[in-house]
Amino acid sequence: MNRKWLSGPYLIWAAGFIILPLFLILYYGFTSEGGGFTLANISAIADPIHLTALWRSLYIAFFSTLICLFLAYPLAYILSKAPAKKSGILIMLFILPMWINFLLRTLALQMIVSNTGLLSSVLEFFGLKPLRIMNTTTAILIGMVYDYLPFMILPIYNALCKIDRDLIDAAYDLGASKATTFRKILLPLSLPGVLSGIIMVFIPGISEFVIADILGGSKVLLIGNVIEQEFSLSNNWHLGSGLSLVLMIFIFISMAVMNKYDKSGEGQMLW
Amino acid sequence: MKKFLTLILAVSCLFTLCACGANEPSASGDELVVFNYGDYIDRDLLDRFKEETGITVKYEEYITPEDMYTKYQGGSVPYDLIITSEYMVEKMIQAGEALPVDTGRMTNIGNVGDTYWEFCRAFDPDNQYAVPYMFGTVGILYNTTLVDEEVTSWDILWDEKYADNIIMENSVRDAFLVPLKLKGYSLNTTDTAQLEEAKQMLIDQKPLVQAYYVDESRDALISGDAAMAVIYSGDATVAMEANEDLAYVVPEEGSNVWFDCMMIPATCRHKEAAEQFIDFLCGEEAAMANFEYIYYGTPNTAVYDTLDDELKEDPTIFPPKDIMAKCEVYQYLGSEMETFYSQMWKELKSR
Repeated sequence: MNRKWLSGPYLIWAAGFIILPLFLILYYGFTSEGGGFTLANISAIADPIHLTALWRSLYIAFFSTLICLFLAYPLAYILSKAPAKKSGILIMLFILPMWINFLLRTLALQMIVSNTGLLSSVLEFFGLKPLRIMNTTTAILIGMVYDYLPFMILPIYNALCKIDRDLIDAAYDLGASKATTFRKILLPLSLPGVLSGIIMVFIPGISEFVIADILGGSKVLLIGNVIEQEFSLSNNWHLGSGLSLVLMIFIFISMAVMNKYDKSGEGQMLW
Repeated sequence: MKKFLTLILAVSCLFTLCACGANEPSASGDELVVFNYGDYIDRDLLDRFKEETGITVKYEEYITPEDMYTKYQGGSVPYDLIITSEYMVEKMIQAGEALPVDTGRMTNIGNVGDTYWEFCRAFDPDNQYAVPYMFGTVGILYNTTLVDEEVTSWDILWDEKYADNIIMENSVRDAFLVPLKLKGYSLNTTDTAQLEEAKQMLIDQKPLVQAYYVDESRDALISGDAAMAVIYSGDATVAMEANEDLAYVVPEEGSNVWFDCMMIPATCRHKEAAEQFIDFLCGEEAAMANFEYIYYGTPNTAVYDTLDDELKEDPTIFPPKDIMAKCEVYQYLGSEMETFYSQMWKELKSR
């Protein structure tokens, strides 16, 4: 029986909310106010203001990915070793915050890191100097790591769980030390998971602007903020679309990398 | 974050426009679509209006006039009545997107004081399109426990003593009015040299600024997170109620006096209902309820006359005449200046 029609709702969805908007962005990105063809909206990325913003976005995305990776790998490793009953609860604890709207989580974080917030109060209680990290790149980094960490843990955890226990035992039998086993067996076999994790943190990280607004006090201009400003404040959808297209190049590169290495599909668990 | 939502909405509006341009919402007679700033009406009034007239008000909110205009232009919702800032009203009048308000049949319109109609002529020369809703000033709200001196001038915002304790407005013109007024320029200047000078002053000030906020500045001042903020007088009143250490001042160099007005956009499908609603809001009872809820200056003299003297003389809500005389109403500067402003804003933020 032909069940192709079952995919109908999805096709309508994809056409209306993915394909059509993409074409609209393409159309706006390559036209000027008057409607004629132009590359000016794309080359506008070379404007020093936009380049600085793009660079800052890449910087923040890179470091939040790096921190997430260093936090997530050991954690995923411990989780994968834990008995099934325990690891279920632990995994649940890491997914739980994701059920809360991310704006709420970020606003809650604002309460914690603000100058008179929870973190400073605790530090002061112990006689330490209160932190003044609110509205700095540091605060944005904390927010990004907090919001994106589960996206790093889960694919790595999945990849580690899939590794055949026998391979590790075989390595030990052949006299490999713990470090060698990790380097030769665990690390290479978990790499697809690491890669998915990196991409799932890095890609949304580049276009991030809400966290930057809330935790950065609108002082730190990221490329996402620039695009947002072009759409809302400046009402210049052409420039906004052109800059979005530039960002899309980074997304396509990452997707190509992901397709090449992530054959097992760890990354699909969350998307 | 609401900006983000608006953006999504705007894009999806466009999608609906393209995909099903002919399929417009039905225009039933006893319905009214109102677009207003967030938390800017006593919601009970909507029910009361329905009781009185049988007209259901579909009520939507936005954060900044720019967001409003983007969504309005998206065109998927035919708004009947928009309450927005005077410079946006002016922009829409000039773009031919405002319909004249027929005040002839309104019974309560006389409650709006002459002084306020006079101010509104700056952007609506014949008082044809805009009916004043609320007004106020922009000034400095400061914490008297953190600032020992008496604040009288905008230049305190450049005082290094208060580094990382200053909050600026995260809205282009409200941010630029500060250096412009401090230098004695008009806040409606189109002189690029003056504006470049203002931009440079804001860039110099940025290291001292803790954050650029709009609505959040109120909470930051209440909680003591910052010593001072450039803020709308309405927000200042609310903050001062929550924290008695706070004080509000309109600096001696003058400032902006703003009017939020009711206007009928060209998309209006229920003009008579919109005019009925305007008249209803100008009524003493409704205007009083609204004043008590919003606590901004009301141009409604019927309400003003019933207030006790202490409230009448409250400089935050009803600024004294000599300060009002130094204040200016924003004028729409044209799309070229708009682009110029937005470019300077990006330059400031990217530092």
